[in-house]
Amino acid sequence: MDFQVVILAGGFSSNLVPLVSKEVPKALLPVANRPVLSYVLDLLESNNLKDLIVVVEGEDAALKVGGWISSACVDRLHVEVAAVAENVGTAGALRAIAHHLTAKDILIVSGDIVSDIPPGAVAATHRRHDAAVTVMLCAQPVSGPSESGGSGGKDKTKKPACDDIIGLDSLKQFLLYIAKGAEIKKDTRVKKSILCAAGKMEIRSDLMDSHIYAFKRSVLQEVLDQKPAFRSLKEDVLPYLVRTQLRSEIFSDQNNVEENGNGNGKNNMQNNEVVLSQILSNASLPSFHQVYESGLDSRKTHKCCVYIADESKYFVRLNSIQAFMDVNRDVIGDANHLSGYSFSAHHNIVHPSAELGSKTTVGPHCMLGEGSQVGDKCSVKRSVIGRHCRIGSNVKIVNSVVMDHATIGDGCSIQGSVICSNAQLQERVTLRDCQVEAGYVVCAGSEHKGETFARK
Amino acid sequence: MGAQKKVAAAARVRDDSEDLTRQRLQAIVLADSFTTQFRPITLERPKVLLPLVNIPMIDYTLAWLESAGIEEIFLFCCAHSSLVIDYLEKSEWYSRSNPNLLVRTIVSPKSTSVGDALRYIYEQQTETSQIQGDFVLVSGDTVSNMPLADLIQEHRDRKKKDEKAIMTMVIKKQFRLEIGSDQIFMAVDPLTKQLLHYEEGNARSGDVCLDKSLLNSSNPSVLVCNDMQDCYIDICSPEVLSLFEDNFDYQHLRRHFVNGLLVDDIMGYKIFTHEIQSSFYAARIDNLRSYDMVSKNIIQRWTYPYVPDINFSGNRPLKLGRQGIYRASDSVQSRSADIGASTAIGYGAKIGNGGKIFNSVIGNGCCIGSNVVIQGSYIWNNVTIEDGCEIRNAIVCDGVKIRAGAVLQPGVVLSFNVVVGRDFVVPAFSKVSLLQQPTTEDSDEEMEYAGSSSGTADLLSGVNNLQLESKASELGPDGTGYIWKVCDSAHDEEWKHSVVPIPMDKLADITRAMNDDDIDDESVVPPSGELKSDTDSINTDANDDYGYFEREVEETFLMAIIKDDVDHVIRLINSRRFAYNMASADCAGAVFYSMMRLAVNTPHNSARELYRNATGVITKWKGVLGFYLKQTDEQIEVIMKFEEMCEESAELGPLFAKIVHFLYDKDVVQEDAILRWGEEKAGADECDKVFLNQCEALIQWLKEASEEEEEEEDS
Repeated sequence: MDFQVVILAGGFSSNLVPLVSKEVPKALLPVANRPVLSYVLDLLESNNLKDLIVVVEGEDAALKVGGWISSACVDRLHVEVAAVAENVGTAGALRAIAHHLTAKDILIVSGDIVSDIPPGAVAATHRRHDAAVTVMLCAQPVSGPSESGGSGGKDKTKKPACDDIIGLDSLKQFLLYIAKGAEIKKDTRVKKSILCAAGKMEIRSDLMDSHIYAFKRSVLQEVLDQKPAFRSLKEDVLPYLVRTQLRSEIFSDQNNVEENGNGNGKNNMQNNEVVLSQILSNASLPSFHQVYESGLDSRKTHKCCVYIADESKYFVRLNSIQAFMDVNRDVIGDANHLSGYSFSAHHNIVHPSAELGSKTTVGPHCMLGEGSQVGDKCSVKRSVIGRHCRIGSNVKIVNSVVMDHATIGDGCSIQGSVICSNAQLQERVTLRDCQVEAGYVVCAGSEHKGETFARK
Repeated sequence: MGAQKKVAAAARVRDDSEDLTRQRLQAIVLADSFTTQFRPITLERPKVLLPLVNIPMIDYTLAWLESAGIEEIFLFCCAHSSLVIDYLEKSEWYSRSNPNLLVRTIVSPKSTSVGDALRYIYEQQTETSQIQGDFVLVSGDTVSNMPLADLIQEHRDRKKKDEKAIMTMVIKKQFRLEIGSDQIFMAVDPLTKQLLHYEEGNARSGDVCLDKSLLNSSNPSVLVCNDMQDCYIDICSPEVLSLFEDNFDYQHLRRHFVNGLLVDDIMGYKIFTHEIQSSFYAARIDNLRSYDMVSKNIIQRWTYPYVPDINFSGNRPLKLGRQGIYRASDSVQSRSADIGASTAIGYGAKIGNGGKIFNSVIGNGCCIGSNVVIQGSYIWNNVTIEDGCEIRNAIVCDGVKIRAGAVLQPGVVLSFNVVVGRDFVVPAFSKVSLLQQPTTEDSDEEMEYAGSSSGTADLLSGVNNLQLESKASELGPDGTGYIWKVCDSAHDEEWKHSVVPIPMDKLADITRAMNDDDIDDESVVPPSGELKSDTDSINTDANDDYGYFEREVEETFLMAIIKDDVDHVIRLINSRRFAYNMASADCAGAVFYSMMRLAVNTPHNSARELYRNATGVITKWKGVLGFYLKQTDEQIEVIMKFEEMCEESAELGPLFAKIVHFLYDKDVVQEDAILRWGEEKAGADECDKVFLNQCEALIQWLKEASEEEEEEEDS
């Protein structure tokens, strides 16, 4: 396989405290009782991409992730786990593992994606255009991902407005401009030279970068070497490549010499006229890169392509607590084809070994893990309950995630909350929009709203 | 030919608009473009009457409007209005009893811009002649064959739905990269076609700035185009006129009006665009290059039915032969003459032996001698070209005589009745006229035209003198005419706007310039984070601002001192200061700068004289300086400013200490300021300390003096 896949699995993301902990790095957060990383691996496997490098920030996290991978899928995939220092950024992480990269093209996938977009399509687009970088774009969720999930209107307004602003050519093949909406204070500044070359540019704010990139290895390594200050793929490397696509500074070494070596002299002169007449007759030929490339000032270009995923595809990045809730809800709900489970007639999954008390109802879009016990007269709606949880009687759980080994006392009411593994809720606790850290004990009879419980 | 069609078109329009209250379709045609691109030709004849493949431009415009179903045309004339009206009276536009078309002329010789013209039209409206509803606004140099009825209907429908949609702009896909004309960058909503951003300019580098508010959730996509051309055909609602009336500073239709509306979000007026189908043609002639291009397009029949072999305006049709050669039936051509493709030859033209003519237009009544080469040129009517001349990419106006063996190099423009002497070579890109170049060349192009109408009379009277004067003119011993000088800055641009094809090396230069710009740009943008570049640009803006401010203060100062009144000067400078929102210290710096410039610019022979000048200026205007120099900080600012000036000027440098001392003597700067400046500078690099060292004696002296004072106080 000439595509090497790098999965950037992160470490202990601060956005997700208190859900992540020393025990559970981001990559292992459960989504419908499976680590989020497993969704990425499945996705790649289904596209026959089996040569993977998982990059994890921090040695401890790497051990944990490695442990899980070796137990889960060592037989199916060829996975290497590499640990890098914490807080080096995505570009830093790639720099650190550069010596592992050998293939011609590198597919870089963020480890927190839950999606059914085929990464193989990105790879194919990348190959077809011989691009320096290909970016997967997908439709920006209009207001909260997959709103029909039905957790009510409240989380729709919560969606932060940090859109990507993306400029495409008229055929939607090339990426001409990219910026983060949050970074742009007042004006979107588009370079005229690129605009002149492309003729038209469509600037969209309804697309977002899905953090799946295909890079030419030589290009990526060159940029990482030349620009030691670049920390982030998305914020530094990608905008840089887009900005410089008409006068590429990469390939300055071997490739350049090669191409100049055989083609310069007479060829250049001939080309000049062709190109000039082309410029005169029409500046916006579909492949404007070629016009630029072939003649004037022996200018080099590289292509930045995009693959725009179909709007019907599901895509969420697990990068906030809200996203965590959404993903869990969707995977057992609307996007249940992702979970890999088979649903019962009631649209829910109750593990055969789970025990339900009398008059307890488990509604549709619910999941009850292996060996969990639920007492009498409980009601579970649109929630995920992990393995070996013990839930007392008269408990109401709505729109929540309860991770493995949690204990919930009698008479608790939980709405829109996350209870991490080994946490304990004593009797008659009422939680609404709360997060309870792993192993935390919430005292009996307390009532909380919108709080985070963690040991200091 | 098209009579039936016209009726049909008009009928269709009537049907379409019957549901509305019956509105006449009206158009405003501006028979004046308020620019100087066609000088010197336009000094003697208005642009709209210049022949375009032997037919005056205005005929194309009027014929098109007529067939598009326009019923009433307001023709606005400014410069040479009498010539335009004369022409119309003689032509069919007035005489023809066409019940469907009414042409009214509005004359306002004083207007200097489109804005003035529209304001004038607004004021002149009367009961019987007024703009009743939506109208078409075009200039009299538009060549088009697009249908308007549907477009007007579209505009009306939109207007009915949305009160604020007051204008529809016609745009067209650009087939060629037109380097001569301005680059237009516009942003359009891809769904509604609303215009969101409009920017024109020659700069092919830098950034297009789109306001962030353009992109929002209701409008997630914006199309930025560079490959569209603005046809300057607008469908306007009556609000447009009243907006011009309200905003008396709107001059230019695009620069002021369109951008004004786009920026103004209080009124919320909207402009929409309409892209014409590629099967229709629309273009405007705004410079010689577009003149060349449109002429070629007409010959290539893009503008059908407005082509030379069809009578559309009372013109005598030419006969179309193979290879796109149009020939008048009575033109006489020697057998040995070689007429190449894409050429038009007018009535009564005579072409001698062995001539080579291709890609050119020859007017009526021209007489061309033997062995003449004419290529890519436009020869107007009654031109005499003697044997052996060579003419490439030139425009030759009516009545010109080119004597034997003369050569016109590419890009030459010969205005009316010029005579080129025997064997004379007219250098490339020169513009020749019988009229002398107006000496006071206004930089403001809008102003120029206004002056021209009155100026022309004077100039014309000069023509006679010229002919009386010695025959030795600038065009050889037997020629007449002045070669206009091109101001230096414009010289490089000359090739852009001429009829000459763009040379390869220039094209390469352009691309290179773009390239260079990119690299410059790159150095500004730090490798990480786009934000920094923003702050940088803000800083440069501020610097620019200060630069402008300084220049304006200097101008103001020079103007004000004529009046010899300190208060007056202060008043004027204050007004500049508030306009630019500058601190007192900035003012002080700028005023002092102006004063020193005045001193330097006053003629002087030696440093002594310069010093005397400077002290003179300072003594006289120290009141002005004093007004801004109340604080020590401001005084330090002035010293620093002066230091800067001295660094740049070798003359002032040696006088630094003396002048500072003088300022101290005159109480303009206090000793505190000088001492503090000295302290600040003490830590600087050695090279920065040149002037500090110069002042060492002064500072020493000041220090001692102050110590003495302190001692005195102590004792």
